[in-house]
Amino acid sequence: MKIEEVPQERGMMPDNIYEVCYALDDDGHYVLTASAGWNPKNIANNQAWEVIEQETAKALNGIHAGKLSPLAFHMAKNQMNTRLLAQYAGFSRWRVKRHLKPSVFKRLNQAVLERYSDVFGITVKQLQQFPEKIEQTI
Amino acid sequence: MRIDFKHRHSAHCESGVSSNLLFHYGIDISEAMAFGIGGGIFFGYLPFLRVNKLPITTFRCEVGGIFKRVTKKLGVDVYWQKFRNPNKAMDALDHCLEEGIPVACRTGGYWLPYFPSAFRFHFNMHNLVVYGKEGDEYLISDPVFQEPVTCHRKDLLKARFAKGALAPKGTMYYLTGVPEKINLAPAVIKGIKEACRRMLKTPGPIIGVKGIRFLANRIEKWPKKLGKRKAILHLVQLIRMQEELGTGGGGFRFMYAAFLQEAAGILKENRLLDLSGKMTSTGDRWREFAVIGSRNCKNRAAESDSFEAMANILRDCANRETEIYQELMAVVH
Repeated sequence: MKIEEVPQERGMMPDNIYEVCYALDDDGHYVLTASAGWNPKNIANNQAWEVIEQETAKALNGIHAGKLSPLAFHMAKNQMNTRLLAQYAGFSRWRVKRHLKPSVFKRLNQAVLERYSDVFGITVKQLQQFPEKIEQTI
Repeated sequence: MRIDFKHRHSAHCESGVSSNLLFHYGIDISEAMAFGIGGGIFFGYLPFLRVNKLPITTFRCEVGGIFKRVTKKLGVDVYWQKFRNPNKAMDALDHCLEEGIPVACRTGGYWLPYFPSAFRFHFNMHNLVVYGKEGDEYLISDPVFQEPVTCHRKDLLKARFAKGALAPKGTMYYLTGVPEKINLAPAVIKGIKEACRRMLKTPGPIIGVKGIRFLANRIEKWPKKLGKRKAILHLVQLIRMQEELGTGGGGFRFMYAAFLQEAAGILKENRLLDLSGKMTSTGDRWREFAVIGSRNCKNRAAESDSFEAMANILRDCANRETEIYQELMAVVH
């Protein structure tokens, strides 16, 4: 890749962020140059976010249908599954799965709720809430 | 407190951390050099290790391997530590900083607040250097960012104890002793040998150039075996592993080409320049693969962009790389 071939296709990176990449200068020497992004990469990244949004939307639908607790929304939004969330919260996986039931979640005590809210970096009150519709995550 | 630490923007976190830490102790080697001596170039398709249910493909060696090897080959002493207790891990970090030692930490990128939100994925292999602390804010030299950044204690703690695949478990490491004189040439030769050996001679089908061919065979079967949607998701993951922040593009192949160029000067061996050129064109091939892959992801694939075509590019990459490593072996024997 030559310097002039280094892609400058800004995708999801904020304006002030550049990546460094290796490219050849006119004399054929490798130098470090800044790149603002590359379309194939942006596309792949976009796709990855779409999957996360689909998962979050699925969780929200479940909540609205009364089948899932708000925990499901926060779990999906934080790109977690029950296994990962269980590791972070320090609960067993089946307990986390149980907490995804609305009836169980409603009766959880403060200490358990705090374990979850700490993981997500939100308040207990926020943990019990969920949006009507999926908002743009990024 | 603030240690006088020179932050240098790098393409990849671990080789950047290695070269920046060594530079702090007076060993001036570039990122590419650290990557090469550390034998960073690699390929592995690991279907049994999964992130978000998708198999991991890696274009670089194991986490920590680059740093471990580059320091060992240069005769630099290193101290590594893992922790069970997060608070103890933070105390140990503070203690080092007070003594004026810049400390590298392994972290999970998801919890680092200075990451642009678009890049916040559960990814547990991110290395950075902590070089100071002001109140509860740590001063961090994260090599893949242009400027040094800061991070609150509670975020850094979370990042150091990220969970999931390849959890960092609070790992931190720093240099404890540096030899007076550094001899690069033997280290370079060893680094090249090791990389070649791993790419050509690792047993089993999934590592090295054999791994690239294995992946090619798998890719051909994806659309039938997994269905369209899942095949695309697998492809997305692959492209991200190849091109994500910190690969220097072309799955580290350009970085290795840069290393070979430098190595040619150190070993006074012009054949390495040729091989650097060949490695560059292999990197370009890898990029072509990403371009076609992304067209498939966006449903803009032309007839010629089939999964078979991508598999053929991979086979071409495997052939080219086999030739390069064999010639490299001959040069450094």
